[in-house]
Amino acid sequence: MKKIKLIDIAHGRSGDKGDAANIGIIAYDDEGYEIIKKYLTAERVKEYFEGICHGKVDRYEIPNIRALNFVLHNTLGGGGTVSLMHDAQGKTLASALLRMEIGI
Amino acid sequence: MKDKIRIASGQGFWGDLQSIPLQQVTQGPIDYLMMDFLAEVTMSIMQKQKKRNPSAGYAKDLVHIMKDLLPHITEKNIKVITNGGGANPMGCVEDILKCAHKQGIKGLKIGVVTGDDILDSLDDLLKRGAGLDNMESGQKISDVKEKIISANVYFGARPIVEALKKGAQIVITGRTTDTSLTYAPMIHEFKWAWDDWDKLASGVIAGHIIECGGQASGGNFLGNWRAVPDLAHIGFPIAEAYPNGEIVITKHQNTGGVVSIETVSEQLLYEIGDPTSYITPECVADFTTIKLKQLEKDRVKVYGIRGKPATDLYKVSMAYNDGYTAIGSLTYSWPDALEKAQKADEILRTRLSDLGLKFDEIRTEFLGVNACHGPLASKQDEINEVVLRMGVRSKQYYDVEAFAKEIAPLILTGPPGVTGFAGGRPKPNEVIAYWPALIPKRLVKPKVEVVTT
Repeated sequence: MKKIKLIDIAHGRSGDKGDAANIGIIAYDDEGYEIIKKYLTAERVKEYFEGICHGKVDRYEIPNIRALNFVLHNTLGGGGTVSLMHDAQGKTLASALLRMEIGI
Repeated sequence: MKDKIRIASGQGFWGDLQSIPLQQVTQGPIDYLMMDFLAEVTMSIMQKQKKRNPSAGYAKDLVHIMKDLLPHITEKNIKVITNGGGANPMGCVEDILKCAHKQGIKGLKIGVVTGDDILDSLDDLLKRGAGLDNMESGQKISDVKEKIISANVYFGARPIVEALKKGAQIVITGRTTDTSLTYAPMIHEFKWAWDDWDKLASGVIAGHIIECGGQASGGNFLGNWRAVPDLAHIGFPIAEAYPNGEIVITKHQNTGGVVSIETVSEQLLYEIGDPTSYITPECVADFTTIKLKQLEKDRVKVYGIRGKPATDLYKVSMAYNDGYTAIGSLTYSWPDALEKAQKADEILRTRLSDLGLKFDEIRTEFLGVNACHGPLASKQDEINEVVLRMGVRSKQYYDVEAFAKEIAPLILTGPPGVTGFAGGRPKPNEVIAYWPALIPKRLVKPKVEVVTT
């Protein structure tokens, strides 16, 4: 099994939608997109964010820009001005996902 | 008909770089300048300001910006569209009129879009079947109705197009969608039909790309960020729109930053849900149909976009007061920085409990260790310093204020090696909780007026 760091094959951006965070992950090339499409499942992402994401994870494919979009529900401590989190807008969660290692 | 129009982004949020609007109108050709000032909770902050002072309640920055822009936009016939009118578009226009008079500008037409503020007519609207239950949680409106401090309908491009048709050179709106500020000029100039879903969707996507300003032209770029040139002089994005719905995202020459497929792709994904249905008042855009092509340096073509019919609902953004929060922090240094910060957290929690204070939540984060990535953060053996950041939330002001008084005493009565309390005792903040809802379009109507200097 070969280990790949997600940050070496993809970039992304994250933000908030109320108490949900969205994380967009974009592969740099077609080969990278095939890897993230295969290995970055909603279940995998949900499991990875254990202790951070307290709701379900929705996953959407956007193949035209080699991207996946994840919506992590119940993640931002209530969101907006309710949240006590330092990163209440989930701005750093894309980086958090990019530190994942994938075994292929 | 013009063969193309250039719509430039001037502000991506309330508080963005103040130099950009002038840069956009002076450093190269543009036809329209759009400025987005309104985030989800902004309206409630502005509503509060208006309550204290009836002439306030809009983005004051906008008046300063307009003062500098007026001579240039009148000379070059550049149109300006912005939602910086916030909770008081008419008050905003009055201040801009004053600036224009002082500069001796005559015959300038300013369009004002109102009607989005439904706070005073909630009872009536509910009787007429407005619904207004929380569209995310499903919670009933009756649970919070008495606490609501702002309620605004997200209008789209229609009222802006109407103001442009009436000859307005500046259009000031209250709560309109961020994207409408960009695609209203396309509909107006290219006479797109209101059921030409593909073209409308193209305009919406152009709007989504440029509405956050520098985030599309190299700012906050997670790809190869080191390679982004001269962010100190970043150029904000410009959408060059063509009658057939094709868009080119670019920026002025001789500015910093970069417009590439990577920077545009990151912004496309910003704050979206289901990419196949990005819902706006005028159409539903499908992000999975977008094609991107780098034409040359700092020019990305956006095309092939498909749209679907609009729904018969508007989104409504409401806010209500829901208690108080306070957040305090202290910095602990080597040796054993984290262990000391953890001990201080334990001591403070004991003291809060001894005082009998009640909180809905107490949250502790260690900045420098795990605040951003929680359990995913890598372990460091010996850190030089860590910031202990504690926050509380309660329905009771007293409890939050009492917490705020307990932070500083930790310096003399807790673990050693502590500093960083120069900011003083934290102040309790009012929690403004967000309540998104939907309302049938037939129940609300935007109002468009045009005033002349």
